[in-house]
Amino acid sequence: MTPPRKKKMNLKQRYALMTRGLDWETSYQKMDDVFPYDTFEGIKITDWSKWEDPFRLTMDAYWKYQGEKERKLYAVLDSFAQNNGQLGISDARYVNAIKLFLTGVTPLEYQAHRHFAHLGRHIRGVGPRVAAQMQSLDELRHAQTQIHTISHYNKYFDGFAEFPHMHDRVWYLSVPKSFFDDACTAGPFEFFTAISFAFEYVLTNLLFVPFMSGAAYNGDLATVTFGFSAQSDEARHMTLGIEVIKFMLEQHPDNLPIVQKWVDKWFWRGHKMLGLVAMMMDYMLPKRIMSWKEAWEIYFTEAGGALFEDLSRYGLRVPKYADIATEEAEHISHQNWAIFYQYTQAAGFHTWLPTDEEMAWLSEKYPNTFDKYYRPRFEMWREMEAKGERFYNNALPQLCQTCQIPMGYTEPGDPGKIGFRSTEYKGERYHFCSDGCKDIFENEPEKFAQAWLPVHQIFQGNCGGADLGDVLKWYHMDNGADNLDYSGSPDQQQWDAWQAARKKVAN
Amino acid sequence: MAGIVSITLQNNDEARPVIESILEDNPSANANYMPGAVKIDCPERLVVKAESVSERIGRDWDPQEIHLTIVSMGGSLDEDDDELVLSWGA
Amino acid sequence: MSIDIKTMNVEPKRHTFAHVARRLGSDAPASRYEEGVYDLQATTHFHYRPLWGPEHWHFDEGRTQIKMSDWYKFKDPRQYYYGTYTIARANMHQTTDRNFAFEEKREMLANIEPEWRQMIVNYLVPLRHYEWGANMNACSISDAGYGTAITSAAIFTAGDRLGIAQILSRIGISLGNGTGDLLDDAKAQWMDGEAWQGLRKCVEDSLVVKDWFEALVAQFLVMDGLIYPLVYNHFDSEGQKHGAAAISILCEFMVDWNTEHNRWVDAVIKVAAKESEENQALLSNWYGEWRDEIHKALQPLAAMVLGDCADSALADVKEQLDKRAGKLGLNL
Repeated sequence: MTPPRKKKMNLKQRYALMTRGLDWETSYQKMDDVFPYDTFEGIKITDWSKWEDPFRLTMDAYWKYQGEKERKLYAVLDSFAQNNGQLGISDARYVNAIKLFLTGVTPLEYQAHRHFAHLGRHIRGVGPRVAAQMQSLDELRHAQTQIHTISHYNKYFDGFAEFPHMHDRVWYLSVPKSFFDDACTAGPFEFFTAISFAFEYVLTNLLFVPFMSGAAYNGDLATVTFGFSAQSDEARHMTLGIEVIKFMLEQHPDNLPIVQKWVDKWFWRGHKMLGLVAMMMDYMLPKRIMSWKEAWEIYFTEAGGALFEDLSRYGLRVPKYADIATEEAEHISHQNWAIFYQYTQAAGFHTWLPTDEEMAWLSEKYPNTFDKYYRPRFEMWREMEAKGERFYNNALPQLCQTCQIPMGYTEPGDPGKIGFRSTEYKGERYHFCSDGCKDIFENEPEKFAQAWLPVHQIFQGNCGGADLGDVLKWYHMDNGADNLDYSGSPDQQQWDAWQAARKKVAN
Repeated sequence: MAGIVSITLQNNDEARPVIESILEDNPSANANYMPGAVKIDCPERLVVKAESVSERIGRDWDPQEIHLTIVSMGGSLDEDDDELVLSWGA
Repeated sequence: MSIDIKTMNVEPKRHTFAHVARRLGSDAPASRYEEGVYDLQATTHFHYRPLWGPEHWHFDEGRTQIKMSDWYKFKDPRQYYYGTYTIARANMHQTTDRNFAFEEKREMLANIEPEWRQMIVNYLVPLRHYEWGANMNACSISDAGYGTAITSAAIFTAGDRLGIAQILSRIGISLGNGTGDLLDDAKAQWMDGEAWQGLRKCVEDSLVVKDWFEALVAQFLVMDGLIYPLVYNHFDSEGQKHGAAAISILCEFMVDWNTEHNRWVDAVIKVAAKESEENQALLSNWYGEWRDEIHKALQPLAAMVLGDCADSALADVKEQLDKRAGKLGLNL
């Protein structure tokens, strides 16, 4: 017998058959026991089948494309290592940006792997669940490819070797860590809003596109390769983010105020955390391609503008304090670099003052702010350095209870004045850097009062001891190698020796 | 600048036929080159046609191959066997 | 201008990360598996209790009763990190694609006896739902597990189970002449067919198990340990008598995958049992309870496919699994 001629299905039909319908309504156990976490936030979903899958990757296609990307990436990494690619970068100062990346970002990729597995298990709809599972795999990929790329730098430069240990302890690394802890301890829909939408869709372009392009410009072929390779997964992650937001807003009008509150919260939290990237771009790339302010204009003002205009049909508005964040884009990199310059005795990377040429670039890119507010301070510090009195601030800073960054940000509209906010909760006073961070606390005081604030912990004697040497030991920081100014560091000495040897060879 | 959609691709040998196809099939598209990548912006809607890419590479190009070279995007995406479309308001 | 790097001192300062060196006992060059897995998970100074379950931190050893002095003892014998994992699966699946093409070209499914065709819809295609249940358990383990060694291997397994569910779906679509009709029939079997209710109950019960290590034992050791040999060995052999050679070819992925998967599962169970008597007792207990339940649940399914030979096939797979569990250090 000959079976009837087979019908050719299109991609959408095929994907639907291969994926949808795998799940079933359980009857031996209650659905609410099988999926205990997807209702407590108050998000109302009436029909999961309305979920639209933007990319329709079956697992075999996933393996095929991802396997191919990995083959290419590891070929580049092998060749980078074999050819001593670290000799080809623009300047060894650049490597410090990568140190911040490995200690600050890579452990978050791992957290994302875990929490997307959580969503991949606990969201009731099959469509978003499969997308979350693939993202869990992708995030593990990002963590591991970052480690494998940076593994080569670790062999030649300080500051990398203890990255997981440092991530759990060092003061400024609690900024990214608490950001992600906050998302993972929230409910699944808030996590989607925080990470898939606010972070992946609205903000990560700022990290991965201009910064990775900067890596290419600074001769770091390994980092740009993992960066763009990781970013190719990001297109899937971004579509998941936007689909989740639309889906929640379409499913029930009661969802709007909840989603808006999350969008406001996570935009502000993301903005504060990405201030670290602002500083990487404006101060840590020896060859610069784009200022933070320019990147903000392209990726937030322009791209975010189009996005929020599109979402306005659901009643969603631009995140609260977006105007303030845009104003801060002219300040944040300078303020952060100044913080790290002062406290680099307790940091796992080096800092330095910008050269004349670099200051001229900053003046040009920040005509409203750099010469007026920041150049004088850097020039004063330069004079101190010339006298052999490189400035280190030995007073421990006060941290914002929400974003955990030292209080170094200025008032909106008054860049001459440091902003402070505070509030009382259960008889205790809590301090904040901004209205945005204070609002977030006041919406969830019982959560944010729990924060493990590194400076408080040092004062309470929980970080190895009272003086700097004790704390550095507890951080596993090699005093004199991992920390302090770039000038005079072992990294610099080695780089200068390589450069001298190259000159000799070239002559 | 409302209504702009965009796609960012790696600027390498593999992506070049895709970039060329996009620029030809979307006359209002505008390419911004940066080290290692190219960001293509287009008002309202941008399409990547499998047929155009296939012609350039001399074999059938599956729109899912975009996963190998895409870096970022702006807009809502829809994908089928013949094309990828980025737009707003979908 | 080329630079002769031999004349320069480009000796590395260290060969691997400090935490990896501590585990290896010296600063020796480490493998990509070791660097990509060891100590990647945060272990301390978490900031907030989860809103969805404040009794634990989001990464917390207390999510299972199993206790380990070091959660990185669960080294994956396959040494999979993401790159080696995806490349291995891409290669395996290339063979599967070729097998489907081969079958379609020769229209091999047409050789299957019509009654047995129906039997395949009744016994094989519904397993896509079983695989989906396994996918959920694998995700749970990746979510709730402790340490990257477990969580990375678990999410790879989740991907595997989705992939297998999709291969089974593809078989159903091929048998249904390119439509999803038989997938609907198979789902009706899973939901209401008498032969399946025992197993569906076991799967649903496993989905509400709170201890992730118990779920690992139930799903990967016991359920998979009984079902894979029963289906892909005993049921498949029966199919050979009815012209179903094509099915063996299309299921090759599952057979190869299972052999590999068992190596990882065995390593995990063995290490956990060896750690302490308390662990060994817990594991043995879980094993015994789940084995009896699942073994019983599989009887109507085996009877539907094998008729009179069902009991001996079930006795065989049980005996094999007991032997395997014994070797892993469990008390039966």
